[in-house]
Amino acid sequence: MMWMACFFAGPAVILLATAFRTVDSYGRMGPVSTLEHWHILQQSGVQLALWRTIWTSLTAVVGCLVVALPVSWRIIQMSDIWRQRWLVIIAAPFLTSFLVRVYSWRILLQEEGWLASILRATQLLPDGSSLLYNQGAVVLVMIYTYLPLAILPIYAAMNRFDMSLYEAARDLGAGRWAAFFKVVLPNINRGIFAAALSVGVPSLGAYVIPEMIGGLGSETIGSVIAHKLFTDRNLPQAAVLASLLGLLALPLVMLAFRGERARAMVDS
Amino acid sequence: MKAASSSRTNLAGSALLALVVLFLYGPLIVLIGNSFNASKYGGRWAGFTTHWYVDLVKDGATLSALGNTLLVATVAGVGATILGSVAAWSIHHFKSPLQRLHLLLTQLPMVVPDMWIGVAMQVFLIQVAWSLSLGTVMIAHVTFCVCYVTALMLGRMQSFDFSVIEAARDLGASWSQVVLRVVLPLLGPSMVAAFILSLLLSIDDFVITFFVSGPGSSTLPNRVFSMAKTSRSFPVINALSTLLIFATLVLTLLGNRLIRPNANPKNVPVSE
Repeated sequence: MMWMACFFAGPAVILLATAFRTVDSYGRMGPVSTLEHWHILQQSGVQLALWRTIWTSLTAVVGCLVVALPVSWRIIQMSDIWRQRWLVIIAAPFLTSFLVRVYSWRILLQEEGWLASILRATQLLPDGSSLLYNQGAVVLVMIYTYLPLAILPIYAAMNRFDMSLYEAARDLGAGRWAAFFKVVLPNINRGIFAAALSVGVPSLGAYVIPEMIGGLGSETIGSVIAHKLFTDRNLPQAAVLASLLGLLALPLVMLAFRGERARAMVDS
Repeated sequence: MKAASSSRTNLAGSALLALVVLFLYGPLIVLIGNSFNASKYGGRWAGFTTHWYVDLVKDGATLSALGNTLLVATVAGVGATILGSVAAWSIHHFKSPLQRLHLLLTQLPMVVPDMWIGVAMQVFLIQVAWSLSLGTVMIAHVTFCVCYVTALMLGRMQSFDFSVIEAARDLGASWSQVVLRVVLPLLGPSMVAAFILSLLLSIDDFVITFFVSGPGSSTLPNRVFSMAKTSRSFPVINALSTLLIFATLVLTLLGNRLIRPNANPKNVPVSE
C-alpha cells in the first residue's frame, strides 16, 4: 500500500520537480549557474509589464468585490430555494470554456459589432477609438471571467453569518449602511479574503485576456513569458520570469492555506 | 419607514442582480446568436444561416483538433480518475507525514496560476529532452485533473463507512471481491462524477495545453485561439465556440445528475 502511495504521488512529484526545474534550469544551460538572466528584470519593458500585471489584478479584485458584495447580499435575502437557483445561475457561465467566454467579449466589443456602432451613433464613443485593445477592456473581461469566483465565497460567508446580529444593530438604531459595514463586513472578512485570493491569483497569471482583448499597451508578465518561450526561445529568461510569477503568487497561496487551516480548526 | 427603505434596497439589489445576469450571459448569447447570423461581422442581423457550421465541418484543422480533444479528454479522464481515486484512498487511509505532503502536492496545482503550471511543464519537458506532442498534452492534463479528482474523492471518502470493508472481510470476501463488490459499487458514482469533471477540465483547458502542445497536437480551445489570432473568419469561430458551450453544458448536466443521488448515500445501490 505504501508503494502505491509513493507511486501515485508520482505525478504530483513530477509537478513539484518541474517547479524546481525552472529554478535550476539556467544552471543547466551553461557550465556554471549564473545570475545573468535575472538582469532582464532591470529592463524597463519587463518592469512595466510586472507593475501592470499587479495593478490589473488589484483592479480586477476590487471590481469583483464591489459587485460581489451587494449581489451576495441580495441573494441572501431570498428564500432557500431561490438562493439555490440564483447560485446556479451565477455559477453556470463559469462552467463554459474560459477561452470561449473571453472570445465572446472580443465579438461583443469588436470594431464592427453593434455595441460599438450604437456607442458611435450616440457619440459616446469618439471616432477612431476602439472598445477593444485597451486596459479598461482587459480589466472588464477579467471581472467578467472571475466574478463567480468572488460571489461564491462571499455568499458562503454571508450564509454562515447570523442575520439576527444585523437586525439587532438595526433595532439599536444603526443605519442600513452602518449596520452592513460595521456588523456584517467584519464577520464575513474571511469570505472576502477568500474571494480576493481566488480572483487575484489567476489574474496574476493572466495570459489569454491581455492577448485577446488587450492591445500593445497591455502586455502582462504572462505575455512576456510566452514571448520569451515561443518567439525568443529563451528558456532561462522565461524561467526567471515564471519563478517571479510563482514568487508573487506564493504568499497569496500560503495565506489561502493558512486560512483553510484556521477554518478547519474553528470547525472542529 | 424602515420597511419602505428596506424594500427600496431590495429593489436596487434586484436591479443589480439583473444587470449581473445580463453581464454574465449577454456576451455568450450574442456569440451564439452571431453564429447563426448570415452577416460576416455581426453588426446587424442579416438572416438565419447554418453556413458557418458547414464551413466548420469542412475545416480539416478543426476536425483534427476535435479528434485531439476527444482523445486527450478520454485519456485524462481515465488516467486521472484511477490515479486520483487511489491517491485519495492513500491520503485518507494513511495519516503519515508523507501523505500530508502528498495532499499538499495535490492541492497546490489548484491554487497556483495555471499559466505557471504550463510554463513549468514546458521548461521541465524541454530539460528532460522530451519533445512536445500529443503525449505531453495528455501527461499535463492527467496531472492537473488528478488534483481535482483527489479533492472530490477525498470529500466522498470522509462520509464513507469503512467498516463495510471489514464486515465484508469478516464474512469471508477476498480482497478482489471486496474491491469489486463493495468498494466500487459504493464509490463508483463518485468516480464517474470525477471522470466527467476531468473531461470538463480537459476540454476547457487552454493555457496549459498551449504551453505543452507540439505541432499538430492542438485541442479545440487552442484552435479557437489560433483562429481568433490569425484568421478573420469570426463566424466560423462563433460556430465552434457555440458547439463548445453546448458540449460543456451537456457534460455538466450529466455530471450533476450523477452527483445528485450521491448526496444521499441511501440511494446508492449495494450489489448483492
